[in-house]
Amino acid sequence: MTTAQLDRSTHEVENEPLLRADSVSKTFVSGTFRKHYTRALDTVTLSVPESPPTITAIAGESGSGKTTLARTVLGLVEPTSGAVIYRGTNVADMSRAQHAEFRREVQVIFQDPFESYNPFYKVDHVLRTPIRRYNLASSKSEADDIVEEALRTVGLRPEETLGRHPHQLSGGQRQRVMVARAVMLKPKIIVADEPVSMVDASLRATILETLRAMNRDLGISILYITHDLTTAYQLAENIIVLYKGRVAESGSVDSVINDPTHPYTQLLVSSIPQPDPETQWGREQEARDEEDAEIAGCNFYDRCPLRMDECTVSDPPLYRTAANRITRCYRYAESPVHLAPDLRSVFAPVGSD
Amino acid sequence: MTIATAVHSPLVVKDLKVYYHTRRGPVKAVDGVSFELHRGERLGLVGESGSGKSTIALALMMAHKEPARIEGGSIILNGSNVLDDNSEQVRLRRLSEIAMVPQGALNSLNPVMRIRDQVIDGLKDHNVNMSDGEFANRVAELLESVGLHRDVASRFPHELSGGMKQRVSIAIAISMNPSVIVADEPTSALDVVVQKQVVQTLRDVQERIGAAAIMIGHDMGLMAQFASRIGIMYGGKIVEIGPVSHIFKNPKHPYTRLLISSLPDTRSKRRLEGIPGLPPSLLRPPPGCIFHTRCPDAMDICRQEIPPTREIDALRYAACHLYGDDDGKVVDL
Repeated sequence: MTTAQLDRSTHEVENEPLLRADSVSKTFVSGTFRKHYTRALDTVTLSVPESPPTITAIAGESGSGKTTLARTVLGLVEPTSGAVIYRGTNVADMSRAQHAEFRREVQVIFQDPFESYNPFYKVDHVLRTPIRRYNLASSKSEADDIVEEALRTVGLRPEETLGRHPHQLSGGQRQRVMVARAVMLKPKIIVADEPVSMVDASLRATILETLRAMNRDLGISILYITHDLTTAYQLAENIIVLYKGRVAESGSVDSVINDPTHPYTQLLVSSIPQPDPETQWGREQEARDEEDAEIAGCNFYDRCPLRMDECTVSDPPLYRTAANRITRCYRYAESPVHLAPDLRSVFAPVGSD
Repeated sequence: MTIATAVHSPLVVKDLKVYYHTRRGPVKAVDGVSFELHRGERLGLVGESGSGKSTIALALMMAHKEPARIEGGSIILNGSNVLDDNSEQVRLRRLSEIAMVPQGALNSLNPVMRIRDQVIDGLKDHNVNMSDGEFANRVAELLESVGLHRDVASRFPHELSGGMKQRVSIAIAISMNPSVIVADEPTSALDVVVQKQVVQTLRDVQERIGAAAIMIGHDMGLMAQFASRIGIMYGGKIVEIGPVSHIFKNPKHPYTRLLISSLPDTRSKRRLEGIPGLPPSLLRPPPGCIFHTRCPDAMDICRQEIPPTREIDALRYAACHLYGDDDGKVVDL
């Protein structure tokens, strides 16, 4: 890569973004006498611009660090090193008022809508609590209006939803109530952590379409955390594939999923059960089975079907294989090393295609 | 009881009804389900939560518990009706004739028993007499047949990954060469790479021992990869059943059509459309066709009469008023 190109990509992220996870790492410690350290997240930098609103998928299997990254961005997990910066202020150093603003503007939707509800409260309580907490309404009727408006935005009829207990709603309805609750606060960012993995197929489409509408019509940026590359492909513009806490590959979702370069992404893509009996799974195998081995080099070495000797020597850097693609694999050592830490610098500006 | 077709089919389910008895009345979780499982075939039973698919799995194993009761119908396994058996006969037929691969999310293995002992336990329970050496060989053979190392025999479940545990469950399920394997969401909660490995393993062993398999689930992608035939369940009934390629390419029932068009893929980006409305109450199911409340093609007759099941084309059956005598004759499955 030429210096000019590097300059351009750095320039794009020069304006202070709305949110930036800056070289965040998280190491979990377990064990009482013999400490065991698990590096759940390893130096990831990602920013979300103020505008235009973006949808970025963060994909990987369990243990990839995707949920740790989400929880770090939300300020629910304190990074071991690095920082989460919101509107120029480190989330860890925020004043009470700043923190309240952060908590309102960065909303989360969790995987299991059953868990986020107290079964004794009616749906109304879930929706009215944030209105009280953030003083969103000056009167009861204004609060009613906000609640009803939010429900309609996510395609729910207030008269069929309010006054009910969570168990009287379907899983899809409960999840949409959570989206309504998030939307009501007029957030800038929604972190959606596996929002449809517990939801039936017929409702999954509705919820994804709701998220897409939030992005398009309300200008909300979405970080879509998922293990499901199919929904990532449908919803997001760009994707970050994580493996054991490291970025394995990243770029525009079309090119990454249709033409994966990292052997791990290739394995993920070839494992998608396509809803088409004529596109049958191949028989590609992993190098060996599922055991952890600590080696110095690439963290995917033990499972990699394309591994080479040099992969054990040191961890590969990210190579820029195309304008909007990076991959952490020595098979692309001919490509320039990608230096800009912020993954946003890889992505094409929204609306450019 | 012996039925002519049952000589060829390891499993024939006829007009099965399973109701959950609640204080507010019976919940008709499975309401008149009929299907036949052919030797060596893989049938997928697909449905959303509340469609009755898991209740069928439990009933086939006779593992349903109060308040669920089998209210009618028959389950003809290898020519004789399981519903006529006493509990000891049922116990002996489980594993040896019909075996279950449990949900991936459930930890069905005993946490304080070594894998070896859990496999042998099932065999001993069925009065298999072997020397210790023969048992050890059988365990090793079973583990290797599901792609595990024989050393796994001496491990405890907590030492295994989710995918390895599910392989152990498959090894146990095939330990007595059953003629029917029932797999209820066998890969729920497993990662996509492991999911593929587990489903392929299940398919390999099923083909090797010549068993028929029923996989129950909601993931149409998995069904497309696994099943040779698919039954679509809605509100306790099978609304359409047929060869997997026909179901995907040319769905007949409006519910099947909507379900398939709601599936995201990685080929083209498009507006994703769900199925509007909610699944029906099984306590007070709507009159007529159970799907009419959400059906874009609903007609007056759909609100009044339950549609009969017709043979629309070879091996394909659908229960929908859109089809008349010209489209296919009414059949009693």
